[in-house]
Amino acid sequence: MRFDTVIIGGGLAGLTAGITLQEAGRKTVIVSAGQNALHFFSGTFESTEAERERITEFFVRAGIPVHFQDGQRLMPAGTFRPAALSLEDVTLFPQTPVSSKALIVNFSGFHDFFTAFLAEGLEKNGTTCRICTLDLPEMEHLRLSPSEMRSVNIARVMDSCWEKAVADIRVMHKDEDLILLPQVFGLKDASIPGKILAALPARAAFIGTMPPSVPGIRTQMQLKRRYEILGGTFLMGDEVTSAAIHDGVVSSITTRNLDTSRIFGEYFILASGGYFSKGLAATPVQVVEPLFRLDVAFEEDRNGWYRQDFFADQPYMDFGVKTDADLHAVKDGQPLKNLFAVGSILGGTRPDFGSAAGLALRTAFAAADAITTSKPQE
Amino acid sequence: MTLQEYTASAHNFEECMKCTICTAYCPVVPVNPRYPGPKQAGPDGERLRLKDPYFFNKALKYCLNCKRCEVVCPSGVKVADIIQAARIKYDRSKPKIRDRMLAGTDFMGTLARPFAPIVNGMTGLGATKAVLDATLAIDRHRTFPKYSAHGFEGWLKRHAREQAKFERQVAYFHGCYVNYNFPQLGKDLVKVLNALGVGVQLLEGEKCCGVAMISNGMTREATRHAQHNVSVLQKAVDKGLTVVTTSSTCTFTIRDEYPELLKVDNAGVRDALVLATRYIYQALESGAATLRFREDYHARIAYHTPCHLEKLGWGLFSQELLKMIPGVEFILLDSNCCGIAGTYGFKKENYEASQAIGKPLFDQVEAVNPDFIACDCETCKWQLEMSTGYTVKHPISILAEALA
Repeated sequence: MRFDTVIIGGGLAGLTAGITLQEAGRKTVIVSAGQNALHFFSGTFESTEAERERITEFFVRAGIPVHFQDGQRLMPAGTFRPAALSLEDVTLFPQTPVSSKALIVNFSGFHDFFTAFLAEGLEKNGTTCRICTLDLPEMEHLRLSPSEMRSVNIARVMDSCWEKAVADIRVMHKDEDLILLPQVFGLKDASIPGKILAALPARAAFIGTMPPSVPGIRTQMQLKRRYEILGGTFLMGDEVTSAAIHDGVVSSITTRNLDTSRIFGEYFILASGGYFSKGLAATPVQVVEPLFRLDVAFEEDRNGWYRQDFFADQPYMDFGVKTDADLHAVKDGQPLKNLFAVGSILGGTRPDFGSAAGLALRTAFAAADAITTSKPQE
Repeated sequence: MTLQEYTASAHNFEECMKCTICTAYCPVVPVNPRYPGPKQAGPDGERLRLKDPYFFNKALKYCLNCKRCEVVCPSGVKVADIIQAARIKYDRSKPKIRDRMLAGTDFMGTLARPFAPIVNGMTGLGATKAVLDATLAIDRHRTFPKYSAHGFEGWLKRHAREQAKFERQVAYFHGCYVNYNFPQLGKDLVKVLNALGVGVQLLEGEKCCGVAMISNGMTREATRHAQHNVSVLQKAVDKGLTVVTTSSTCTFTIRDEYPELLKVDNAGVRDALVLATRYIYQALESGAATLRFREDYHARIAYHTPCHLEKLGWGLFSQELLKMIPGVEFILLDSNCCGIAGTYGFKKENYEASQAIGKPLFDQVEAVNPDFIACDCETCKWQLEMSTGYTVKHPISILAEALA
């Protein structure tokens, strides 16, 4: 099989590159070893001013409403983090304290949303909190498997009966100027969170839950659909097993499922993610990129990989694949001419600032641009 | 000897990170709250079952074995294999007569085919359906696949001499469906392969792949079929033949379920068994042959990828072949299970769940409103035709009708 560009990794970086290239009329394939970090996505990308218009339009074309608004995002433990580009259902606050009184609403039996932590954090910032739980008969059947009372299962029920939840919250609501709900709305229909915000009697915000992330899954499904509508080939659940490199140029790869049918490409984009996605792997003595054996920047002394303080910046988060200034991946000290490395595999992201998503978007655009503007190879 | 060799488990359950992504994509979880979901039924439950078989949960029977959990797992855990292997190891309940009938596709086919007109007439009657529903708990909404009076094997034997004239040859594992229910698909395959300059021959006595036996707890019978089929396939491989197939589930079962679940070694034949769509795509891609299509062919086709084809990762071959036909408007349907899962949806107790699982797919088909649906799986075909009213054609049959 022959494609203009072969993309390894089907997360935010891989899909962004794939969609951008398909929009430019290129024929691409994405090889994705299972689902990806979008399933842990908080709904906020990063604090950045660059390429606002391009990023907004990119998501709008995929049917994903986003907004830019500098402000503070309320975290699940009641703390605040700076944020800007976010999905439309992420409420950003201009300053703290965000309210004098807040109503925190949870679903009865849902343990992946920590209302007490949220209240404690907010009360430190001068907000009085009241916690209420919702009991809807439509959710009774979920209790048959209490261990599976999870964000996605609740979201499925809420897709069809969110209006009942809103009606109950209206009854619970007294004089609070802020209503906080878990992020369990709009799994398939992106318009539901906005309708809920409009229907509630006070300003409201959706707060992140334990994974999987409902807005993250929705974003993944919409991006994949957009990619396939544009004619892209998405190989889900397959993984790259080998790559052929000659004279600094990648010519083809093999995958587990397609074994002897090699996938040839003019360009290759490596968007295989960080440690979780196995784009990077740590052995006892080194950090490696397992597929192409690319050069990885890491601390030689293993004792320097992490710090005792769990909450401190961890050096291993900075390790990543080496590239030149144009994101060409470096192998044995030489940049490979047609292999770009994008997204979390580059390292240096900080999960607490949501910068992995920003890095994925920015580098994926850069690699796609480099491919669409370069001359065809000999 | 590394530490991993001491700690490694079958189907690598210990690599599960508890991310719950499998449960988010499981088609059963949204419709059947009695099913604990793939993470709980698979890796979580395995941890307990290894301590004490007491923890085996009968609710594992609700698993469709669609393998979607494995396709989405970011850690490469064989979630569905863990679940199915646990059913084989711990479930002591005997399969019911109904389950034995549904699972014995080639036995039932052999019995029914000589009386095909009578059997087809009978199974189509409302009264028969009511009796089957009441006595055997086969849901009355289901339409039984029709039996064909003349099997495919007999037809190909009658054409063996002309097929032998082709210089290039393949063997064909046709499966029960083509032999007993729908020989036309086999004839279509022969037409397309002949157009490529390839002759088709039978294997030396294939048996049902056994997928329905595996899912109905008939492990011993399934293992016997697997051993037989591997030896028959080996004979073809020894002659240097590639073995083509048209059923994505038979192919998946022989390639992956034989070694993973039945512990039948298929290493000698696994790579020689390919779906015909892949074989044809590769023949065209290599330039070894070309196909000429009609100029007046027009069709708006919605393609549904069966779960087991999704797991095989070969859906793109069928898709690319359909896109090659001039005059085809190709629409890829979203990745969803149709809900039938072989014999699962025929059982009265599963009918509602089966239809609820398929609903997003049925709704999308209706919204797309194609001329017909394309799909590589026979049971998806029955489900989609019953539930949407649209005709479902195999990609090979579409190629055959579009040939010049």
